[in-house]
Amino acid sequence: MKPFDYRRAESPSDATDAGARIIAGGTNLLDLMKLEIERPDTLIDINRLDLKAIEETEEGGLRIGALVTNSDCAADPRIRRDYGVLARAILAGASGQLRNKATTGGNLCQRTRCGYFYDTAMPCNKRDPGSGCQAKDGFNRIHAVLGASEACIATYPGDMAVAMTALDATVEIESKGGETRIVPVADFHRLPGDTPERDNVLDPGDLITAVTLPPPPGGVHLYRKVRDRASYAFALVSVAAVVTIADGRFERVALAFGGLAHKPWRDPRVEELLTGEEPGPALFDEAAEMLLADAEGHGHNDFKIPLAWRTLRAVLTEASERGDTA
Amino acid sequence: METRLSINGDTHMLDADPRTTLLDALRNHLGLTGSKKGCDHGQCGACTVLIDGRRINSCLTLACMHDGQEITTIEGLGEPGNLSPLQAAFVRHDGYQCGYCTPGQICSATAMLKEAEQGWPSYVSDDLDGAPALDGEEISERMSGNLCRCGAYSNIVDAITQVVGERA
Ligand SMILES: Cc1cc2nc3c(=O)[nH]c(=O)nc-3n(C[C@H](O)[C@H](O)[C@H](O)COP(=O)(O)OP(=O)(O)OC[C@H]3O[C@@H](n4cnc5c(N)ncnc54)[C@H](O)[C@@H]3O)c2cc1C
Ligand code: SF4
Ligand code: FES
Ligand code: FES
Repeated sequence: MKPFDYRRAESPSDATDAGARIIAGGTNLLDLMKLEIERPDTLIDINRLDLKAIEETEEGGLRIGALVTNSDCAADPRIRRDYGVLARAILAGASGQLRNKATTGGNLCQRTRCGYFYDTAMPCNKRDPGSGCQAKDGFNRIHAVLGASEACIATYPGDMAVAMTALDATVEIESKGGETRIVPVADFHRLPGDTPERDNVLDPGDLITAVTLPPPPGGVHLYRKVRDRASYAFALVSVAAVVTIADGRFERVALAFGGLAHKPWRDPRVEELLTGEEPGPALFDEAAEMLLADAEGHGHNDFKIPLAWRTLRAVLTEASERGDTA
Repeated sequence: METRLSINGDTHMLDADPRTTLLDALRNHLGLTGSKKGCDHGQCGACTVLIDGRRINSCLTLACMHDGQEITTIEGLGEPGNLSPLQAAFVRHDGYQCGYCTPGQICSATAMLKEAEQGWPSYVSDDLDGAPALDGEEISERMSGNLCRCGAYSNIVDAITQVVGERA
């Protein structure tokens, strides 16, 4: 690890004005600092800031402080009751130990990455802009099939943000000087384009202060994660679904996908296609076909396209069965 | 930099480079070698310790970030002649072969039982609000952050199951 200065933030402005790298749980940042992939000169520890509460909003939703740990978020009775998809997605991620440390803000900002990003002997446009992408013609089993670019085909590995995307959650960001802006989680992460070194829309000095959930959407909440082992592994494909069924038809459908792209993937056209229709295998196939029409494999990851197809079909089947009795 | 660490009830003043992880502080600076280093990247759980009663990977956190918090390591859970219930159950069920992962397994299981008592669900719980019954599937899922290269998993689950039964 490269030497750094360590400081503690006593107020949000200490964090935004320090020109330093924020550390929260440290589970992603220290992992990368040990390999000198991340090399901050100064770390600002935000753990003493007052961002640890989950509060009800005037609109009837919940505001989750940036330092609420993944464990506390998934254990919160209101999240479990009204936002099951989020509790399930968090519980699908990492391990009990990591979730006790991982924070809401840090989890959102965990690097979009791949094995070559970790291997400093290899070219990687994300780690070292302009050096090339080793994954394109290398081992690319876990890589993206949607929204990738010439420069980078990595996938966003997180689970929590996939559920937050399906829930229409928003991120609250405080910048240098104290200004605050609100960004939908769906727009927080970026596609790689020509600048894969930027995973998300944060500028240096930006501090995430909270994530806000809109009022409870009701309906059936599902998070299905398909991976190489049953637990403690990143998603090959994941689907977050919040689905309401009335009179035998889809009344409201929100779907977000992990493991497919450089960011949590949402396709409003697919949701429109399903809304108002009677659930059934032919409709599910039509939805999957629309979702994956532009999907492109790179060899080892070709299997993700049929896997995403089948996972979506399975989730819609389960949602319609449960929705009918709900 | 100076950090005041409270470990197993004793206060230690640590004067170390801020790069020092909590795991390296315990093992190399304070002589508490019960916590093990397997991967040093949060992937194996051998370094698991409790902070204010919660399990974490001590390899992925800096010692200086824990000034003033209560840290419990395997040395603090029990000792020969005075084993904790989980320590005794691991001995009884042979919940190990080489023993390298064992301190992490036991620290992790200690906190895991508390999480379940508080009603925390897991990914495999059918119901998100019910009090989860710790069957084999629940225990395996909740303990998935602790790998065992020797593959002693079935005996580890048996040991934990015994303690679950004693508490019921
Ligand atoms: C072995 C292993 C397995 C894992 N498996 C999964 C998995 O299956 N699913 C999954 O989703 N995740 C998984 N993770 C990733 C884990 O969820 C993240 O490491 C964690 O959520 C990061 O949160 P943190 O608080 O520790 O972030 P940190 O490491 O502290 O920070 C991460 C980044 O976010 C920035 N940051 C932190 N807080 C803020 C803030 N408030 N404002 C602005 N920037 C901020 C930091 O500067 C840094 O760049 C795994 C990690 C490991 C090590
Ligand atoms: S896919 Fe992206 S992160 Fe992986 S090697 Fe290519 S540029 Fe780097
Ligand atoms: S040594 Fe910490 S998790 Fe492996
Ligand atoms: S007993 Fe050898 S690693 Fe678990």
